[in-house]
Amino acid sequence: MMNHGLIRACVFASVFVLAGNAAAIDVEEVKTRNGITAYLAQDDSNPIIAFSFEFLGGSSLDPDDKLGLSTMAAGLLDEGSGDLDSFAFQSKLQDLAIKLSFNANTDSFSGSLTTIKANVDEAFSLMAQALSAPRFDEEPVERIRRQILVSLARGAENPSRIARDTLFEKIFPDHPYGRPSSGTPETIQAITQADLASYASERFAKDRLFVGVAGDISPRQLRKRLNEVFGHLPDAIATEWRVADTAVTYVGTVVVDKAVPQSTVYMAQPGLSRDDPDWYTALVADYILGGGSFASRLMDEVREKRGLAYGVSTSLVPYESAPFMLASVGTRNESVAESIAVIRDEWRKFQSAGPTADELEGAKMYITGSWPLRFTSSGSIASTLVAIQRSDLGLDYLDRRNDYINSITLKDVRRVTASLYKPDELSVIVVGQPVGVESTVRAGDPGVDSSGG
Amino acid sequence: MRPLGVLSAVVALCGALAATTVAVTAKADVFGAETFMLDNGMQVVVIPNHRVPIVSHMIWYKVGSADEQPGKAGIAHFLEHLMFKGTPTYPAGEITDLVARNGGQQNAFTSYDYTAYYQNIASDRLPKMMELEADRMRNLILSEEDVRVERDVVLEERRMRVDSRPASIMSERLDAALWVTNRYGTPVIGWEEEIQALNRDDAFDFYRRWYAPKSAILVVAGDVTAKQLRPLAEATYGKIEPVESVTSRERSTFLPQAADVRVTMTDARVRQPRWQRTYIAPSINVGELDETYALQVLSEILGGGSTSRLYQALVVDQAIAASASAYYMDQAVSWGRFGLSVSPSPGVGVVDLENAIEAELAKVIEGGLTGDEVERAKTRLQAGVIYAKDSPTSAAQAVGSLLAVGMTLDQIEEWPARVAAVTAEQVNAAAHALFTSAPNGTGVLLPEGAV
Repeated sequence: MMNHGLIRACVFASVFVLAGNAAAIDVEEVKTRNGITAYLAQDDSNPIIAFSFEFLGGSSLDPDDKLGLSTMAAGLLDEGSGDLDSFAFQSKLQDLAIKLSFNANTDSFSGSLTTIKANVDEAFSLMAQALSAPRFDEEPVERIRRQILVSLARGAENPSRIARDTLFEKIFPDHPYGRPSSGTPETIQAITQADLASYASERFAKDRLFVGVAGDISPRQLRKRLNEVFGHLPDAIATEWRVADTAVTYVGTVVVDKAVPQSTVYMAQPGLSRDDPDWYTALVADYILGGGSFASRLMDEVREKRGLAYGVSTSLVPYESAPFMLASVGTRNESVAESIAVIRDEWRKFQSAGPTADELEGAKMYITGSWPLRFTSSGSIASTLVAIQRSDLGLDYLDRRNDYINSITLKDVRRVTASLYKPDELSVIVVGQPVGVESTVRAGDPGVDSSGG
Repeated sequence: MRPLGVLSAVVALCGALAATTVAVTAKADVFGAETFMLDNGMQVVVIPNHRVPIVSHMIWYKVGSADEQPGKAGIAHFLEHLMFKGTPTYPAGEITDLVARNGGQQNAFTSYDYTAYYQNIASDRLPKMMELEADRMRNLILSEEDVRVERDVVLEERRMRVDSRPASIMSERLDAALWVTNRYGTPVIGWEEEIQALNRDDAFDFYRRWYAPKSAILVVAGDVTAKQLRPLAEATYGKIEPVESVTSRERSTFLPQAADVRVTMTDARVRQPRWQRTYIAPSINVGELDETYALQVLSEILGGGSTSRLYQALVVDQAIAASASAYYMDQAVSWGRFGLSVSPSPGVGVVDLENAIEAELAKVIEGGLTGDEVERAKTRLQAGVIYAKDSPTSAAQAVGSLLAVGMTLDQIEEWPARVAAVTAEQVNAAAHALFTSAPNGTGVLLPEGAV
């Protein structure tokens, strides 16, 4: 087994008291002697342990000719390792009700493990083995390759997927973000076993690792597990996990012709990064305009008043190298022009006048009041603890977060909406056969032909 | 209704795929659920979980799309949308506002056999949510304009969920052909033509008939106890006058004459063929209850994950398929369904694929399943039962859906013992009956020009 270089004291701890109730989530920082840190919310009310981790650097680092490498690696880490082939590995997971998964994201590679306490030894041993000694046997490699190819084919049928891929291709030209993150049939075919075998050593290191844990495990036990799972990793590696900073390119309107009765519309403009001092203010503004589900202005204008769509929403997307803001709506082809006009108009009103005092109050009440809903399962607690570390928010963030929201004034939010919202810089991607909406780019450009993206 | 994404109208389709998982979580002593009745006939269920001071407040109506009259397809789901329009106490927009300003997340969903509304919210806001939900059980108000605009929204929802997805259209056609006159052959969201004709009177007729204490179940999971909940329930839901007209759900269990039902659909949008088969199977309400447990075990052996028979044979050994799975939906007021779903590998024809699937089914019919396979599947089904208690929102969901289709809390509690008691003989008998004599239909979705 691995060495158990343990540090005893937990120096930092924070007790997050929710809504003045007796229930609370205690979060503490757990560090091993060899430099692995985790946030732990220990809770013995149910014999379950949820473990989440994330390495910075994701599919945006995949080479152009091997796009989808991260996706394929994520699909194969639980397909056999050490002395267990795929069948033996998967059988153990299923027999013991251990949930293990890996996921490639744009800017990170994440994993999660959920186990009942009785099987904790086997669970961590399987995860450790998956990360340190994956086999990449020919059968599972070819099988996962086929599955990715089939999923790409299904994606090519899906209007939302086509719209998203086209949007990224257009607003991030000549940048890794503009590429299809799960690859293309050609790049998936080009990935070799050797590419997969070197993936971990090129991407995983302690200097880019964040760990969040919730459930029935003590700090002392967790230190042992951290060493078991990540102890083999180098302290640092040369790979730069960030891709070059870029800007969101304005591309006007792009129509991807698809014979469907309902068009899928994506709209985007530059946004702000997670560490921007105005982040929380922008979050509140976004809630009011379109992030707030049924309570949002866009939902009221597009759905409730006009019946144009089943759903319309906006979000802040804080990509590391090019944050942006996104709006989306699905509407019958005859109503696309009207829906886009309504959204752009609301965007313009928001820019010129911002929200009302009452809207700001409502947004603060929802955003602060719904915060405990982030913690309804062990898995969601663990992944929130990862996100807090990744954004460097501090151990007491759970306590402080609502103060950030409550301190926002109407003046703040109007300053931010005036500078952030740019109705004339909204790029528009339409997948469908919209009536009265034309591409503003030349036919024949990628994404304008009928095969989509 | 209202959902932007996951939950909603066609929840039954997703629910079917998750049926085995839901069954795994269905153990009352694991949930620790308690129940009591209000004087007006309404059932109340509490599932305590004190980790975080939140509750999942759900009201389940024992009515769904399969209770609709012919020609009115979609009224159950349409009403679900309209339920957010308001009451005299909470007029236009106030339901949305009230829940949001209390930090709550709310939504609703409709299935064949139930309709549910919920708010996930801080536990100190629970009384307000109970007042709201009790109020709209009987006091809905609707303008003609509300109905007109919302009908357009539902039509957009249908375009998104069905018309934009060839695989959904194919499933809809397969169900219609397989179930014939049984209402499970009609999509939950309804047919476009019938949705267009639904009006305010239709909505109120359905509402007045079904939305009443006797056909409702209140499920609250989270930071609350039965002792705390009872007075709150009595002061809100308990004040509603009983409505005697609502009695029971008379459902047809008529089965059409077995025929070779096959739906083959080609669509220019399709890039990846699909193959699926649905068998009409026993449910917790129709057929022998014992057989439902045997079929849960069969579903696990045949299609439960990557070590299952179908996955190993078709995806791993023969590499003829990219995915292969089985599901069993025993939660139904009428018949249940057992389904197989397989995606061919790139370049593999559907005829070759189907032959390979039939060969695997023939092995089950002729050779049966081994005692080892059955024991292992039983172990796996029970292994994750502890997870049921982790999340109050999913616990409320699992318990509520089981109760709404007619299970009792005791039956839910018995689940692990009933699965443990299943024998290989029972599984083989159930498999033989299913694969040799149950009415079934096969659906094939192809790109244009493919065979």
